[in-house]
Amino acid sequence: MEQHESLWLFMQQQSGKLLQQTIQHIGLTFISLSIAILIGLPLGIYITRNRRLAGIVLGVAGILQTIPSIALLGFMIPILGIGPIPAITALFLYALLPVIRNTYEGINGVDAGVREAAIAMGMTPFQRLVRVELVLAFPVIMAGIRTATVINVGVGTLAAYIAAGGLGEFIFGGIALNNTNMILAGAIPAALLAILLDFLLSLVQHTGGRGRRRAIALLPVALLVFSSFYVLPVGGGSRLLAGFTPEFMGRRDGDIGLRAEYGLHIRTVVISDAVMYKAIYNHKLDVISGYSTDGRLKAYDLIVLNDDKKIFPPYYAAPVIRKEVLTKYPELGPVLNKLAGKINDSLMTLLNYKAEYEGQSPEQIARDFLTGQGLYHVPGTGDKGTVVLGSKIFPEQYILTDMYAMLIRGYTDLKVESKTGLGGTKICFEALTHGQIDMYPEYTGTALLAILQPSPDVAARLAANRDSVYNYVSQRFDREYGLTWLEPIGFNNAYALMMRRSQARQLGILSISDLANYLKKER
Amino acid sequence: MIEIKNITKTFGAFTAVDNISFTVEEGETVVFLGSSGSGKTTLLKMINRLLEPDSGEILIDGRRVVDQRVEDLRRKMGYVFQNTGLFPHYTIGENIATVPRLLRWDRQRIEQRTTTLLEKLQLSPAQYLAAYPRELSGGQQQRVGIARALAADPPILLMDEPFGALDPITRSNVRKDFKELDELRSKTIVLVTHDIQEAFELADRILLMDKGRIVQQGTPDELLFKPGSDYVRQFLQEQRFQLEAERIAPGDYPALIRAFDHFKTRES
Repeated sequence: MEQHESLWLFMQQQSGKLLQQTIQHIGLTFISLSIAILIGLPLGIYITRNRRLAGIVLGVAGILQTIPSIALLGFMIPILGIGPIPAITALFLYALLPVIRNTYEGINGVDAGVREAAIAMGMTPFQRLVRVELVLAFPVIMAGIRTATVINVGVGTLAAYIAAGGLGEFIFGGIALNNTNMILAGAIPAALLAILLDFLLSLVQHTGGRGRRRAIALLPVALLVFSSFYVLPVGGGSRLLAGFTPEFMGRRDGDIGLRAEYGLHIRTVVISDAVMYKAIYNHKLDVISGYSTDGRLKAYDLIVLNDDKKIFPPYYAAPVIRKEVLTKYPELGPVLNKLAGKINDSLMTLLNYKAEYEGQSPEQIARDFLTGQGLYHVPGTGDKGTVVLGSKIFPEQYILTDMYAMLIRGYTDLKVESKTGLGGTKICFEALTHGQIDMYPEYTGTALLAILQPSPDVAARLAANRDSVYNYVSQRFDREYGLTWLEPIGFNNAYALMMRRSQARQLGILSISDLANYLKKER
Repeated sequence: MIEIKNITKTFGAFTAVDNISFTVEEGETVVFLGSSGSGKTTLLKMINRLLEPDSGEILIDGRRVVDQRVEDLRRKMGYVFQNTGLFPHYTIGENIATVPRLLRWDRQRIEQRTTTLLEKLQLSPAQYLAAYPRELSGGQQQRVGIARALAADPPILLMDEPFGALDPITRSNVRKDFKELDELRSKTIVLVTHDIQEAFELADRILLMDKGRIVQQGTPDELLFKPGSDYVRQFLQEQRFQLEAERIAPGDYPALIRAFDHFKTRES
């Protein structure tokens, strides 16, 4: 019940944004649908006249359909950049198959006797197509258009990944922020939209007689009107363009803080971190929100702007372990703490870079590092008991988990089992509290803001100081969940604003304040 | 006048029509009679170029069919299908108006024409003009099919088993009304059927076909009383008595008895 009320409240508070996103979503869906019809319908008709091409055309459209949507969006960034154009292109490609296939099947399905009658009456091929075949194939063609529409509403949520707006902004923001209301505020309207459009189109599909002819005449008009809903999701203003993740947009230690503390007003689009780095590298963006130890920082020659007003809380990584495991195997504590203070920011960035761009396996990286530090030991007997290690689904976590596994094997007689690639903070944390894993590396800031979620003023008070956050989360984890925070590893994988090194140097920007001042001057 | 000259049509290895020539005079009703696979429908479809012959030529009023725009050619010939071929998305009125609309008649003329035709085919315009084909019985649909073929008053009418799909009682009713249509006077009609009774009832001249060839052509009387071959005799055998009896004037009992004896001796 409480869930419902707060969801309702959230939707009311965000109603302006929600309406804008819904309208954008409808626009995206219909623009791509219109293009798909404009191209798919004639193509479908053409292959009924040239049967030999039918197999090829349907095959190619079918292959397009099987490309994973996020991969398709990724391919398009170097070619089409970010924003509405690649999003519409991707949606159009997905909508193509149902339109072509149903046009082809629909026309082929017209009764042979009726077709022959049209010929025998003296209709030209065009008259036969327009007056007989298309009208009779209409329900089948409409079924294809319905399918395409529902696909587009669904895939359209991914448009938020590449700065094209739509209801995906709430969905992905909500997932990243572990905010169920935010997810639902995007997901429910998207689902309702799919159902509603499908229903409306089914009414059109099942019109008969004169109603059908009227529907056929009105359909292009409706498509045009709905398409015009799409307004570019970019605010006017600065010459520089920022791309922030949905998560960053919704966080106090994100866009909101930037505006409040730094007075940073920059033209902003919402984008996924999977494509963000590539987009800034390709000069499609100028500023992005990233993580300070990301390997891509090095790969794409980006620099981190100094957070001179300290709005990003520290994200120091440290192993979190169940207390009872520590009691059972007391030797674990000192072993895991062997990594404490050993890896700083630039070292972690380098290790991540090796994993992401040099294609080294996390295990290899972990072994090389430990060997270099003189920490690597040959595994013990492994007959004392088992410790289960977990990790989130990105390279830094794999590397850390492999290091811990090697340390445990090397310095104790415990056996190690790994459950790597657990989806996100929420999944890792739940697995830990339910005893499915015994430990995983967590970040202080994440624990504070995504798990403990203290009131804003408490968070603000803690935010700037490394030790106060660590002390706060370790105390509350110990008391409330029976979990122990061991010593931090050293690096701080915090949020950071990044720019291309060349551009930052050219504009003389080193800190976020510099950026804010530059933008003010420009205006 | 339709002139067919040395027409041959093959489908792969199968010869459907094998070097056939004949002429249909203006105003004449010619029936292609034969069992299925005899090539009669193939022959019919070549007249309005639904099929193209492999060799030979067809002339209408002295003009080769291949020398005119195919749509114009077809609009000058009515065509009735066995399975009606009515457009399911058109009303009865719109179905009948198909060819007049292609010929860009004005609306009033089209309305007048469709109403007249429906009346002539015993269908109330008030009731059926705005109805859809699926709302009509098979017999009524076939009447609409005939009306549609006649709509633009074409000089030639091609009919492919027009009564074939109907049950016997409906068939004889529709056929009777068809025969009495004043519209048909002066029309050149080519009709395809496998129904001997129907052929004898409607034809001025019958072309009996088998395996793509004409076995015998002539008036019904000629086929009945002067069969050119055993095949012809055999083909008509089953219905011979009925056919002969129909040809005897009412009350001419001696002739009837002669026919019956004739039939019996041939049977034995």
